[in-house]
Amino acid sequence: MTGQLPRLRMVDVKKRFGATEALRGVSFEVAAGTVHALIGENGAGKSTLMKILSGVHRPDHGTMELAGGPFSPSNPLDARRAGIAMIYQELNLAPHLSVEENILLGQEPSAFGWIRSRRRGEIARAALAEIGHEDMPLERPVNRLTIAEQQLVEVARALTQRPKVLVMDEPTSSLTQVDMENLFRVIQDLRKKGVSIVYISHFLEECKRAADRYTVLRDGETVDSGEMASADLNSIIHRMVGREMEEIYPRGEHQIGEPVLELRQLAGETKPRSVDMTLRRGEILGVAGLVGAGRTETLRVCFGLDRLCSGKVVVLSRESSAASPARRLAQGMGLLSENRKEEGLLLNRSIADNLTLTRFQPMCRWGVIREKAQRQAAQVWMHQLDVRAESPAQSMRELSGGNQQKVALGRLLHHEADILLLDEPTRGIDVGSKAQIYHLMGRLATQGKAIVFVSSYLPELLGVCDTIAVMCRGKLADVRPVGEWTEHAIIKAAVGQVGAEKANH
Amino acid sequence: MPANQTMQSNPIQRLVRWRGIRARTILDMVGPFFGLLLVIALFSIDPAIRESFLSGGNMKLILTQAAVVATSALGMTMIIVSGGIDLSVGSVIALTSVVTAKLLVGGYSATTAVVVTALTGGMVGLVNGTIIAGFRMMPFIVTLGMMGIARGAAKWLANNQAVYAPDSAVNQLMAKGSVNQFFPLPIGVWVMVILAAVMSVVMTRTVFGRHLFAIGSNEATARLCGIRVQPYKVVIYSAAGLFFGLSGLMQFSRLTMGDPTVAKGLELDVIAAVVIGGASLGGGTGSILGSIIGALIMAVLRNGASQMGWGNYTQEIIIGGVIILAVGLDKLRHPKKE
Repeated sequence: MTGQLPRLRMVDVKKRFGATEALRGVSFEVAAGTVHALIGENGAGKSTLMKILSGVHRPDHGTMELAGGPFSPSNPLDARRAGIAMIYQELNLAPHLSVEENILLGQEPSAFGWIRSRRRGEIARAALAEIGHEDMPLERPVNRLTIAEQQLVEVARALTQRPKVLVMDEPTSSLTQVDMENLFRVIQDLRKKGVSIVYISHFLEECKRAADRYTVLRDGETVDSGEMASADLNSIIHRMVGREMEEIYPRGEHQIGEPVLELRQLAGETKPRSVDMTLRRGEILGVAGLVGAGRTETLRVCFGLDRLCSGKVVVLSRESSAASPARRLAQGMGLLSENRKEEGLLLNRSIADNLTLTRFQPMCRWGVIREKAQRQAAQVWMHQLDVRAESPAQSMRELSGGNQQKVALGRLLHHEADILLLDEPTRGIDVGSKAQIYHLMGRLATQGKAIVFVSSYLPELLGVCDTIAVMCRGKLADVRPVGEWTEHAIIKAAVGQVGAEKANH
Repeated sequence: MPANQTMQSNPIQRLVRWRGIRARTILDMVGPFFGLLLVIALFSIDPAIRESFLSGGNMKLILTQAAVVATSALGMTMIIVSGGIDLSVGSVIALTSVVTAKLLVGGYSATTAVVVTALTGGMVGLVNGTIIAGFRMMPFIVTLGMMGIARGAAKWLANNQAVYAPDSAVNQLMAKGSVNQFFPLPIGVWVMVILAAVMSVVMTRTVFGRHLFAIGSNEATARLCGIRVQPYKVVIYSAAGLFFGLSGLMQFSRLTMGDPTVAKGLELDVIAAVVIGGASLGGGTGSILGSIIGALIMAVLRNGASQMGWGNYTQEIIIGGVIILAVGLDKLRHPKKE
């Protein structure tokens, strides 16, 4: 990059919360018109650092400079006025308001309290044009847009503030590959216009594509920084985790046996339209596809959470059409929800309750739960899955995302499910926990369990699965052994360039 | 480390975790219990009423007054913990007290009257639960409707006037006996205490109880975990209805007549008792012991206020304030996490 003055500079920033030292001296520099990846495990201090940048917290120590001048925001509004814009992982949109209203939320152009609607339309359209989406309908309520479009609205909103620095926190966590490509294009455009971007993501491959430079945080300290182009991902991971990590993906031979789950022309109310799929003992079957292709719905219909409209589900050679989740659990099937906060877990109940909810029998006597036995059972799983918590009685809400996900998975293991339907099991969790979950899946398959693994992240599908199925518009486009797939081929099938032709003609 | 970062908790919470589940339950209990002691202490300050307020006879009176609300609160706790609400309690109590009176007037035995009265409450609950579960309707709306229906049915059945029943064993249920001594307590109070003990075990230690909490905590998760949510709701509202019927029986026994206009607005007292006891209207939290203490707090306030010679309106204002205070304190004890 050019040797000009950095747009943003944070020097030796420290912050403590009570007994916890969240930041122990972080230095961080972003040049004008560059994309800077901020990398680190959950809890490494990325969010704290960004909260200091956006004025939510004040640093205990250290200095900040923005565009050459001193910068010490006392509140978020201050930071926003100085030119810091944030786009958070969870979208912050008012779902019933229109695209235009959302873009200008909180900064409506007004005269004496009356909104000047024509001016508003102009600003909103200009912001959308800047990211190359001037065709987006301004009057449409955002809850009728796709997640990817909603994110563009967020980006447009951030741009109306004329930011000097734009922070994107896990922007791709709910995007598909195609939507991601669009987002990267927008990022490159903004970069050319001179906006500095701080890009936070768990996905290193993504950071490598999007960013010019990177900084790695670990335990509240800067441990590495450099040019992305010359960086080696393995050494970055090593820096991040701070310990020698075995291969991220497990490599073990799976003994693939007889079919345990067959879907025959499975159809739900709108999706899936018709899915045929066979899962065998000891197999990890990956399911790829765009968001909205019907992957989640396939799992839900199969598990009895959504209505089965036609087709058959064959479990262990026993045919059944519709069944309740209770029946599926009794058949040895378990489903991990893609939405662990809203569906997967009881957030205000204990770890022990969450782990044992589907199978209390081993710790019951005459219908009464023996709490000691329950705690012990929970402790065994917490140990096996490396759940970091104080005790089995701790509330779920207090755990980090990775640990929550391990508990959600642990419930399927405690249930002794033989058929595991995992919907985005690694979404929003740190690299360390991800690797643990991949290895766990590998071990389970070796033990003869059968796993369906739905994911939008192709490297993990290619790294973990024996077979990959690709869905497109509610139908199964193609199924092949993992060796016959490449990322490119999967994307082509997912957008309907290969499989759909066959299906339609 | 991630584990450390999530531990910015207040000292109370740290103490709670020290011994795991049990210590937490005890501490949750101490809050409302402390509130009960506080209101008793407050009314004991004034020497003019101290003696009569703290007398065994008055304590018995308070317990007898609290029994009706407390018995209903047992059912309401189940409903609120599972994420629902029932506004028809007051009307069901009126209806069932009329049913008792009519049965006794019709010459049926006390046993028959007791059984049929409780079942009437259960039937109303069954209807509530079936509509709520079957049509996936909001409990608030369904039971609001039932509040009117049950009240109307009570008036219709009673011909819009109090039904005086002949003396029977049912009258013994809430009979106070000696006015000056604490013992013997009315049978109804013992019934309430025993039922509370049973329900407390059911709620905290059985699979049924865990499932109840699971449904209230997150219905989608409960479903994912194979809990048959809708049938559960029918059972919950029906069982709660039985408790409301029993409250109606106690109400009848206290007045020794069936009054179709009785217990107006009592549903709010019952809900308030459960909430003062630590339950959240959002579901997933609450306890039987807490709800019983909540009912006692309200009874002590009513009794103390009338001993002080305060007017009815003062009582209402104080009780309203106490409800807000109790829930406010509860928020302090359990700060909501992001």
